[in-house]
Amino acid sequence: MDHFPTNWGRPRNDAYDAYGTFPLPHRPNNDTKDAFASGVQRTQQPIVTGTSVLALKYKDGIMMAADNLASYGSLARFKDVQRLHPVGKYTVIGAGGDISDFQYIQKFLEELIIEEFTSQDGHDLGPAEIHEYLSQVMYARRSKLNPLWNSLLVGGFKDGKSFLAYVDLLGTTYSASTLATGFGAYLAQPILRKEVEGKETELTEDEAIRIMETCIRVLYYRDARSIDKYQLATITADGVKISDSRHISTSWSFAEGIRGYGAQTQ
Amino acid sequence: MAQPSVYRSAGFDFSNQIRNNFLAEKGLPLPKATSTGTTIVGCLFKDGIVLGADTRATEGDIVADKNCEKIHYITESIRCCGAGTAADTEFTTALISSNMELHSLQGGRKPRVVTAMTMLKQMLFRYQGQIGAALVLGGVDSTGPHLFTIHPHGSTDKLPYVTMGSGSLAAMAVFEDGWKANMERQEALDLIIAAISAGIFNDLGSGSNVDACIITADHTEMLRNIEMPNQRVQKERDYKFRRGTTAWTKEDVRKLIVEEQITTLTTGDEMDTS
Amino acid sequence: MPDTLSLSQSQPQQHAFNPYTENGGTILAIAGADFSVIAGDTRQSEGYNIQTRYAPKVFRLTDKAVLAVNGFAADGNMFVKKVRQRLEWYRHAHAKDMPIRAIARLIQTMLYSRRFFPYYVYNILGGIEEDGTGAVYSFDPVGSYEREACRAAGAAQSLVQPFLDNQIYFKNQTPAPGTSFPRHLPLSTVLSLVIDSFTSATERHIEVGDGLEIYVVLAKNSPSIQGLRDVRGVSELTSTDDGERVFVVRRELKKD
Repeated sequence: MDHFPTNWGRPRNDAYDAYGTFPLPHRPNNDTKDAFASGVQRTQQPIVTGTSVLALKYKDGIMMAADNLASYGSLARFKDVQRLHPVGKYTVIGAGGDISDFQYIQKFLEELIIEEFTSQDGHDLGPAEIHEYLSQVMYARRSKLNPLWNSLLVGGFKDGKSFLAYVDLLGTTYSASTLATGFGAYLAQPILRKEVEGKETELTEDEAIRIMETCIRVLYYRDARSIDKYQLATITADGVKISDSRHISTSWSFAEGIRGYGAQTQ
Repeated sequence: MAQPSVYRSAGFDFSNQIRNNFLAEKGLPLPKATSTGTTIVGCLFKDGIVLGADTRATEGDIVADKNCEKIHYITESIRCCGAGTAADTEFTTALISSNMELHSLQGGRKPRVVTAMTMLKQMLFRYQGQIGAALVLGGVDSTGPHLFTIHPHGSTDKLPYVTMGSGSLAAMAVFEDGWKANMERQEALDLIIAAISAGIFNDLGSGSNVDACIITADHTEMLRNIEMPNQRVQKERDYKFRRGTTAWTKEDVRKLIVEEQITTLTTGDEMDTS
Repeated sequence: MPDTLSLSQSQPQQHAFNPYTENGGTILAIAGADFSVIAGDTRQSEGYNIQTRYAPKVFRLTDKAVLAVNGFAADGNMFVKKVRQRLEWYRHAHAKDMPIRAIARLIQTMLYSRRFFPYYVYNILGGIEEDGTGAVYSFDPVGSYEREACRAAGAAQSLVQPFLDNQIYFKNQTPAPGTSFPRHLPLSTVLSLVIDSFTSATERHIEVGDGLEIYVVLAKNSPSIQGLRDVRGVSELTSTDDGERVFVVRRELKKD
């Protein structure tokens, strides 16, 4: 998974702006050459973006975490954005990538839940159904070459079973006991796998919180598009809980003794 | 001496790069070099430096070497981990190692880590990134322990814990979580092993075994294959071929021993062999 | 010095949305006299990143047909979904499972219908023919297909296929004087060759590893069932009583 949502779904090209430093207004214009194309608006690049989302399985269900930053290119534009969203009674989705596309997803999922509710048929949508629905929407949009520029985690707990899966702008899906999107796939996933794999049924909520804090801290140290303000969601037999914004503690004392970058001593 | 008939400006000439780009565009790319996809790391501890590396070398998505050595010798108490183009890391470190030996012989003193760092960065900068060596340089000298990273373009960093290569993020996550100032020797070694293992199991460019090297003021310990978590499993069948399996079109047996009769024609003086 | 930067800086490159990616992994299938073996590793990756260590690439379609898909995972999953849907419609219309050679032709038309926006997927279909023989059909992404005795596809195709050519078709091997090579190998040998193919591919290809799923389809009353009972990690997936039987063997592969 590429860290920069701007690069998602594009052919890999390390020679071209590998570090995402190109100013947004100067981004290449990807309008199709069709004379009538100006009548159609498509997401060809994300504008306001969120970074990683993390999730793990533990004893009681699923825990998910995401920070509260929405970036505008390299600008930390909005610092109080919620990227974890409850859907129905049993599910939380977390989003990285384009925030406006995520808000559109929230809207149509809300409509879906209302429609399901009004039918009053004794069934309601669990995480597996919501993930399947989302996957079909994401895949259909990529097939129209008009993707929703997100990578999403879907976590939930229904009928005594926990569920955790991923879907992105290409419609790619997968499932595992730990998942991370964006930069988290590189930085947090190694920690999550080491701490969680094989212990999914033993980890307590406190231990899970500690693991998430570790990962969010590491991401804050090394992901330039992250901040130290984040939220945690738990989905258990007790239902969905999304915490208030939390602050992660950091330590920068290691920098004390560093002098220069080479032969300098003073 | 005759002057060349075309003007050449001073310094390196990169005009071949344009030719190579042109050829690549026309569908004749340069042959793919063996790269060490790699996780390499280093960290400071109480008595010195610990370096670590995985042992996988790749050519694209094929594993070229399952147990290569990425911790190179510079001097007795300075070592260098290399990521990037295998040949470049190999030759760059060998050249600097040899120059460091000459340098210390000339001065009659033990060489310093900053000397190696400066030699490496100046050389890499001159080649403008065309030498694809990404290095982690560590060692202990009269001024104490030092740890650097050197990028292919010649920039350097001096930090208490560093990682490089395709597994650098996985390894750095372990360091950001676990590194403390003034660790004990065993504690530091365990951290290095955890960092390299994170690369081995989470990054496809890294794999196989863990190498480590502990450098202190009076001793350097090279711990080759300190962990081997990826041993090859036993095959289900053995693939022995019956003698005569390979088809042949003709048989030609030649005698390789030359026998000759030597007859002395004249009786000259015997060679003086005393 | 010539202006070396002019090449890269002349203008920003145009980048359109790319609807495809590659998710690594390898699949293979081998047909026996009265059985078929279809296998795939379970790693799903993108670039140098492992997305998950368990994402199946081999799917039971009916009791006599198993489909392995490899390439772009989203297309693969969607394709399997659509094939299954067509097979269900067939079941409702005809009250029986579609024969494997018909499934093969169906897959061809389904792939070719997307000729100009292809499913970026290599398919291998394995199972039992109506005459009770083991069958393997292999496809390219736009629907060209043929029936074969063995086929490997995916990331490590270039490593595995030559091995199978040598061990299944006995290519580049001369039989001992007065003997000939068998036309079909027994199930135990085929299973061993499949396992060895994947452990070897895991050693030398970075995208292959984590887990192995081997599906075995047996013809009705096949005697090969004897050897299968005591294979480590086997479980049965058959849904009907008297017909072809489907088994899966699960094994671990190296995780580096």
